[in-house]
Amino acid sequence: MFEFANPKRFMDLSGQLLPWLAAVTAVTLAAGLVLGFLAPPDYQQGDTVKIMFLHVPAAWTAMFAYGVLAFASLIGLVNRHPLADVAAKCTAPLGAVFTALGLVTGSLWGRPMWGTYWVWDGRLTSFLLLLLLYLGYIALGNAIEDEVRAARACAILALVGAVNLPIIEFSVDWWTTLHQGESIFRAGGPLIAGVFLWPLGLNGIGYTLLFLTLLMIRIRTEIFERRARSVLLLEVMR
Amino acid sequence: MSPTFALLARDVRLAIRAGGSAALALAFFAAVAALAPLGIGPDLTLLAKIAAGVLWVAAVLAALLALDRLFQADFEDGSLDVIALSPLSLERVSAIKMTAHWLTTGLPLTLLSPVLALLFGLPPGCMAVLALSLLIGTPAVSAIGAIGAGLTLSIRRGGLILPLIVMPLLVPCVIFGAGAVMAALNGLPSGAIWLLAAFSLAAVLLSPFAAAGAVRLNLAA
Repeated sequence: MFEFANPKRFMDLSGQLLPWLAAVTAVTLAAGLVLGFLAPPDYQQGDTVKIMFLHVPAAWTAMFAYGVLAFASLIGLVNRHPLADVAAKCTAPLGAVFTALGLVTGSLWGRPMWGTYWVWDGRLTSFLLLLLLYLGYIALGNAIEDEVRAARACAILALVGAVNLPIIEFSVDWWTTLHQGESIFRAGGPLIAGVFLWPLGLNGIGYTLLFLTLLMIRIRTEIFERRARSVLLLEVMR
Repeated sequence: MSPTFALLARDVRLAIRAGGSAALALAFFAAVAALAPLGIGPDLTLLAKIAAGVLWVAAVLAALLALDRLFQADFEDGSLDVIALSPLSLERVSAIKMTAHWLTTGLPLTLLSPVLALLFGLPPGCMAVLALSLLIGTPAVSAIGAIGAGLTLSIRRGGLILPLIVMPLLVPCVIFGAGAVMAALNGLPSGAIWLLAAFSLAAVLLSPFAAAGAVRLNLAA
């Protein structure tokens, strides 16, 4: 019954933080959206370049989400922190959705740009693997009944699968690929014009903030659900 | 006999027996390898091109078949608790079980593969590369599969979840294993077999720790 170390502090803090976080998210995404619409068409890609503002942030956030998942899993396993287990469980579905978004938007961008919806190169294959890893994580968590055991098993799975992250990151360097190489965080500075870099950056930050906001809401909901279950259990046992 | 060899001999004997998984995996491998050409058609040049992929996928699936009982069989009748109390560490127990699984599944698959490659019209040089890639890659399949077996230990109908969580982790094996054969078929030099060896080595050395952690968590709860 006494499942949490100190969820009350988290609930108080997050309750105060959440409206501000949501507001900043909305403003950032709105700014990114507006700047994205106002950006001029690319000399090669025309207006289809604007899919970049949806695709790249989704892919970044998907990988960031797995980083959060792996970190939460590590803390949950090593420190036995119960809130870390909750955070990991809540991150997985969000990460899966962002990965799916990245795959779909990338595929839609690939058709006009590369002439194909899909290609089995290093980047796309490892990113698809990321989706499968998320889905496997969720499946395992749902299959094990005992909550604590499920959290620990999923934590081990998440850490084993974390090997995929650097593979996705460096796949464009290691293999010949249709996918764009590293164009922003490079030694010689970004290769993209400022008028595209701004909406991209704003959307990138906006998507990440959106992920964090949704994550916070999910964790709070999960804690509420567990409290409700404990109360119900107490009632039944009375 | 040392505890290590005693446990290894026990697991191998159990797998080889009638109710065990060795014969089953081999039969499954042969069945899938025989079924694929029936679906694809008799064109031998086409079959030779897809042989590597089909045989590698069939080998992985056959090896996965036997995996869900790796720890679960002992868990259900209490022997896993007894084994955990023995002087052998759970890491060593996991390594022994992975070895037993490979000896009774991976190794027979490797030995059977040249015969099945004949059905696909693969040239003899490529048959050798296929056998070599399976020899190097199947230990990784057993090792990583054992992690999944440890994680799904307590799930009643966990049989289908195991392939789902293990397959993304086995993708490098299939890519590099089949890739090595494809390169040999096309007469191109390829580092695939080395990458496969590196991946397999890392998997075999690191998996016992993850598998032991998974078993420990299931035994403790």
